[in-house]
Amino acid sequence: MREILLGGVPRRGLVLLSILLALLVALPIVVNDYLITVLILILYFAYVGQAWNLMMGFAGQLSLGHALYVGLGAYAAAALYVHYGVSPWIGLGASIAISAAAGAIIGFLAFRFGVSGVYFAILTIAFAEFARIGFDHWSWVGGSAGFFLPVANYTRSDLWNLRGSPTMFYYLMLAMTVAAFVLCHLLLRARVGYYWLAIRESPEAAQALGINIFRYKMYAVVLSAAMTSLGGVVFAFYYNNLFPEQVFHISRSIELILGPIIGGIGTLFGPIVGAFVLTALAESLGEIMHAFGIDIPGIKQVFYGVCLLVVVMFLPDGIWPPLSKALGLDGKRIQGGDKPGKSDTGGGG
Amino acid sequence: MLADPHVPAAIYLNVAVSGLLTGLVYGLMALGLSVIFGVVRVVNFAHGEMMTIAMYIAIALFAAFKLDPLVMLVPIAAVLFALGYVMQRGLINPFINRPEHSQFMLLVAIALIMVNVLLIIFGPDAQSVQTRYAFDSFQLGALIVDATKLYAAIAALAVAAALFAFFRFTLAGKAIRACADNYMGALVVGLNVKQLYALTFGLGAACVGAAGAMMVLLVDVTPPLGPAYTLLAFVIVITGGLGSMPGALLGGVLIGLTEALGGLLFTPSAKSMFAFGLLVLVLLFRPQGILGKRQS
Repeated sequence: MREILLGGVPRRGLVLLSILLALLVALPIVVNDYLITVLILILYFAYVGQAWNLMMGFAGQLSLGHALYVGLGAYAAAALYVHYGVSPWIGLGASIAISAAAGAIIGFLAFRFGVSGVYFAILTIAFAEFARIGFDHWSWVGGSAGFFLPVANYTRSDLWNLRGSPTMFYYLMLAMTVAAFVLCHLLLRARVGYYWLAIRESPEAAQALGINIFRYKMYAVVLSAAMTSLGGVVFAFYYNNLFPEQVFHISRSIELILGPIIGGIGTLFGPIVGAFVLTALAESLGEIMHAFGIDIPGIKQVFYGVCLLVVVMFLPDGIWPPLSKALGLDGKRIQGGDKPGKSDTGGGG
Repeated sequence: MLADPHVPAAIYLNVAVSGLLTGLVYGLMALGLSVIFGVVRVVNFAHGEMMTIAMYIAIALFAAFKLDPLVMLVPIAAVLFALGYVMQRGLINPFINRPEHSQFMLLVAIALIMVNVLLIIFGPDAQSVQTRYAFDSFQLGALIVDATKLYAAIAALAVAAALFAFFRFTLAGKAIRACADNYMGALVVGLNVKQLYALTFGLGAACVGAAGAMMVLLVDVTPPLGPAYTLLAFVIVITGGLGSMPGALLGGVLIGLTEALGGLLFTPSAKSMFAFGLLVLVLLFRPQGILGKRQS
């Protein structure tokens, strides 16, 4: 087990990782409530980004509709809790089942009919939009007027019903992010991980080698959908309100994949670095604007867009590859496989 | 939520014609996206945002000089042509050989900037153009045709015809088609591919600019309309066949009809659900689109 988990990881990386983890565990003691909420947001994006990265970064299937799985997971657990008083820890079973089934349906339809590349991406958008409008008209979960959970009482944290302080959600999100990281790390070292990378690099070559590419693409979609839905459960219980217009919207799907792309697609640290950089950027831009007394709606997003533009133009592989080099971690196996090459990701096109 | 079953047939006919006319304007918008993808092989994720830019230009011109958007169609298309040309030359060209997700990021960033610059300049409130003929209509028996929609649809057909003629008969048009058919071959015979790509992107942008000048007569515009139109343009070109010019127009008409009849039969707020439903069916049974060619 120890060999599977740690074999090939440079000592320097382990030390840095341990320090980072210790820092994250200790942080809530020193920082204020505002920073806790920002950290929760970072961990949330790191977690769902990791789930998306599994599908795109590892198996090369570009999904632009991951908000679907977040939304299905969020609504399933929230509806069970509100209507039947079912604990989210049991409700998440339903979330995983429903999202995995949705992923399986989309994957089955797309991969059976040879839909790939841009076409696959747009199919995923279509399903998310379909769900958005459908939930808008589904009164059992509030329709377009929104679905609300009873607001938490902050004096006592109730972990069983996920009613409690931001600190509780922080540790929950941290545990999930670490778990997702370890899972992806292990998957990349297992047979399935090598198959995914082979499919990503060249589906034809992978098939010629006898890999059942349909089955392994399905594994990637279903696993990614299931992981993403857990992010949705936390989202629902943390924010206590769900609106189809927000949860399923295409901008949610885009938001979710910015982290891994900016951080470094197909790398294990990319989603985490990307989530940290982007969330910190968005929050600090708000603070800077506020400090300068600039209060024009939209100006923050313009700067955010310009920053995205600069990163994507000058760091085509994302932030992590050059960062890992600077930290002296490159050349080792910590990134999990090579970075994606030029024209190979995303299937056809 | 079914509508009254006793709706007379004339209503269906009127709604269908109205959907068809709107669909032609949709088709012109999607034609721009299709031309760009067909040649440059980049999916323009900022397409709807460019449409809203054109719509706001039309609104500003109307507010300042009382200029009719249909009269200003050509200048607006020219401005969008310049925008598209510069975008391709300056920003997108280095991304031509990058993976799809990288191009996607670039255009998402551009789209984000466009939406929010419009928000800063024009504010979040819905704006519209009120022309003299806004409430005119033509009557043909039981059929009542909205004059504005008819003018817009005729203009859309005219612009589309001009574009077809350009690609068919002019040297530049033939050169662009050569680039699309065989990139390497185009380089070998000495075509300036970079220039032609920029020209193509400009033409695609001009299409969407012209469509915007028409659309501003039919709907109120707000900055968040941009992403919605981007999605709509995707749905249309995938339905009709990505890269196929007649396919884009056909897809536009189909989606226009689907939305109009879906809105009548169920509820208007659910109308785009039918468009997405159609898209899913097309992707599953004919992934290359109705008129698209199968990619090898």
